Amino acid sequence: MPLQVGIVGAGYAGFDSMTPGLSTRELMFEASSRAYEDAGIDPRRDVQSFICCTEDFWEGISITDEYMPDQLGAVLRPLCTVSSDGIIGLATACMHIMSGITDVAVVESHSKISDVLNPSEITSFGFDPIYTHHHLDADPRFLAGMEMARYLKDSATKREDCAQVVVKNKKNALSNPRGVHGANIDREGVMSSPVAASPLTELESSKGIDASIVFVLASAKKARRLGDHTVWVRGVGWSSDTPVVEDRDFGWAHYVEQAASRAYKMAGIGIPASYFDLAEVDDTYSYKELQSIEALKLAKKGKVGKMLSSGVFDRDGRLPVNPSGGSLGVGHLLEATGLHRTLEAVLQLRGEAGRLQIPRAKKALVQSWRGIPTATGAVAVLSN
Amino acid sequence: MRRRVAVVGAGITLFRRRMLETPKELSFEASKMALDSAGLTLKDIQSVVSGSAPDAFDGVHMKGEYYLDGMGAIGKPHERVYVGGGTGVFTPIGGWWNVASGMYDTCLCVAEEKMSPLHPHPQYAFWSIFDQILERPLGTTLLWIFSLEMRRYMHKYGIKEEEIAEVAVKNKGNAIDHPSAQLGARITVSDVMNSEPICSPVKRLDVSPPSDGAAAVVLVSENVAKKLTDEPVWLDGVGWTLDTMHWTNRDLAYPEYVEKAAKMAYRMAGIKNPRKEIDVAEPYDPFDYKELHHLEGLQLAGKGEAPKMTVDGVTQRDGDLPVCPSGGLLGVGNPIAAAGMMKICELFWQLRGEAGKRQVKKDARTGVAQAWGDLMQVGTVAVMRS
Repeated sequence: MPLQVGIVGAGYAGFDSMTPGLSTRELMFEASSRAYEDAGIDPRRDVQSFICCTEDFWEGISITDEYMPDQLGAVLRPLCTVSSDGIIGLATACMHIMSGITDVAVVESHSKISDVLNPSEITSFGFDPIYTHHHLDADPRFLAGMEMARYLKDSATKREDCAQVVVKNKKNALSNPRGVHGANIDREGVMSSPVAASPLTELESSKGIDASIVFVLASAKKARRLGDHTVWVRGVGWSSDTPVVEDRDFGWAHYVEQAASRAYKMAGIGIPASYFDLAEVDDTYSYKELQSIEALKLAKKGKVGKMLSSGVFDRDGRLPVNPSGGSLGVGHLLEATGLHRTLEAVLQLRGEAGRLQIPRAKKALVQSWRGIPTATGAVAVLSN
Repeated sequence: MRRRVAVVGAGITLFRRRMLETPKELSFEASKMALDSAGLTLKDIQSVVSGSAPDAFDGVHMKGEYYLDGMGAIGKPHERVYVGGGTGVFTPIGGWWNVASGMYDTCLCVAEEKMSPLHPHPQYAFWSIFDQILERPLGTTLLWIFSLEMRRYMHKYGIKEEEIAEVAVKNKGNAIDHPSAQLGARITVSDVMNSEPICSPVKRLDVSPPSDGAAAVVLVSENVAKKLTDEPVWLDGVGWTLDTMHWTNRDLAYPEYVEKAAKMAYRMAGIKNPRKEIDVAEPYDPFDYKELHHLEGLQLAGKGEAPKMTVDGVTQRDGDLPVCPSGGLLGVGNPIAAAGMMKICELFWQLRGEAGKRQVKKDARTGVAQAWGDLMQVGTVAVMRS
């Protein structure tokens, strides 16, 4: 079934390592005000569904939807939390529109990681409380180190390829006004940075930043009446592998493959490798970008390293991947990470990406992962 | 365009103060029972929607990721929807949009809650629901704010505590017939009145217990339903609404958010006169006064008139408008999200005439279930028909 839901408005606030001048609610207010202005809507009149993607422990509040309505203009209106990545929030908005609950829906997600004193400990609380949580003292990225080691063993990808992802993304981020962690570095510098969880180094591990991102989505009919910069959602998919980390195949991202195959089917895409003009994919850790590209079928199995070193994924390459700088270059945004990737893709498809602009970009792929210790991810296919 | 959605199976575990099963195992039991009753297996399920209240109960971050294998969601699209105490009725609403949108044909909806891991008492999870700056320094608890609400409701309409206690008597009595029930009992109004005050006017027997448990339903599209069963129950209306975070700034005597949610659901289901068209109701009753409050919000009683209906016996199982024939949260128990889903299961069984000893006397064709939560702030409503 072809999906046709329009992203008619986008707004964001923050994109800094700390936002001491703004509370979470104020960040959300700024981002949503800009999104509503961008879409030309009044939330109190036009929107019948608001969706927030948050997790309680990151907020430091139980039942975080309590504190969402006011700053979004959603008081006494349908609002809910989807405790997941923002792309699953976008998928939910699509379902609300397709089922006729509303013709305009709003999706918000944010990170206020600078307020969190103990991010590693909170991540560790995601592990199984009986079997795995006793590693609380360990840096939870031990799981990423293990997965990276297994991926390097099972695939043709080389250690240096992972470092090259960091070089590429941090360089891209230097041209991105939202890029907090942009840098000009080389592979040696990446590999000789302190070890986070062997073989993963600190520079290969994205760092959290603050931001709120808001999208306004509309039915095809409504979108045609709202502005002239609509970006269409053509397909969405999301999936989860087992939460039991000991049972997982660390070498292959099955959740990405499953999510992508649903999104591609919906969008009617036969050969993804030659379909897209750009991709914003998960790069929470360096190796994740390469592992995801393979599972997304954007590269033939075993070829991703070669393609990377020959420049295929560079901003001027055949298939730019994370031209924005991704999470490694811009920063990681917790559950808003998927919306960040979507934001960068939407700006590209609108031709509003400034120095990052990829000429004649028409079709984009975005993909996210919910982070340690999950194997849950989502994919969206966008076009202008 | 919108597709009609049917409920074709339901399952529920025991509701108990402390279950030995893990959240994954509770989810498994409820899911298995729901699938078995629908005559389906996990292979037939295309998507999974889950619901559970604060992660603070289990001490597990991203709880939805943790328990998803217990409900068979490996390799499937799974989303956890969350509106505090309103989550139980919202979980099948999440399933509804999975199917009504045309995205999926079959969806397993599971609500799970395990409150007991939190020591010394599950109420401590609710300390962290309050605003860090304005409210937490006061040491506020949920029972405080609900006692304020109960007091305001009584004051505005001149309602007596004894009238409110009738709800506890009815629901705990109804729960005797529910095989999952934790607190079914034959009690009297004076038992309620003489029970220990927790936060005046709220007394021990005015409140539902902390519980562990899970409940599940299977939702399918119309064409799938027709192949599976001759008696599907239709999920014909859904609605939800959140009010402002500033609970201190509104009149607590009337739940306007429930009214808005109910009107959204009634409009979708084509219900014009709810009091005439609804045959059986399962409003959220974590406290006895809340059942009354919610009946008014659901437009099933005039403002301040629900107590009289209760005293007159209208809301008994053999009354004109049976309310909480299951026994509700007061009797069956309150594993938060699972308690809301229990109400959906109850309507499923009532509307199919399969509620056994709990079956209401009148021929029930249309029912409404509702849950409530957050800072006395959210209403979730589902209308079901046979």
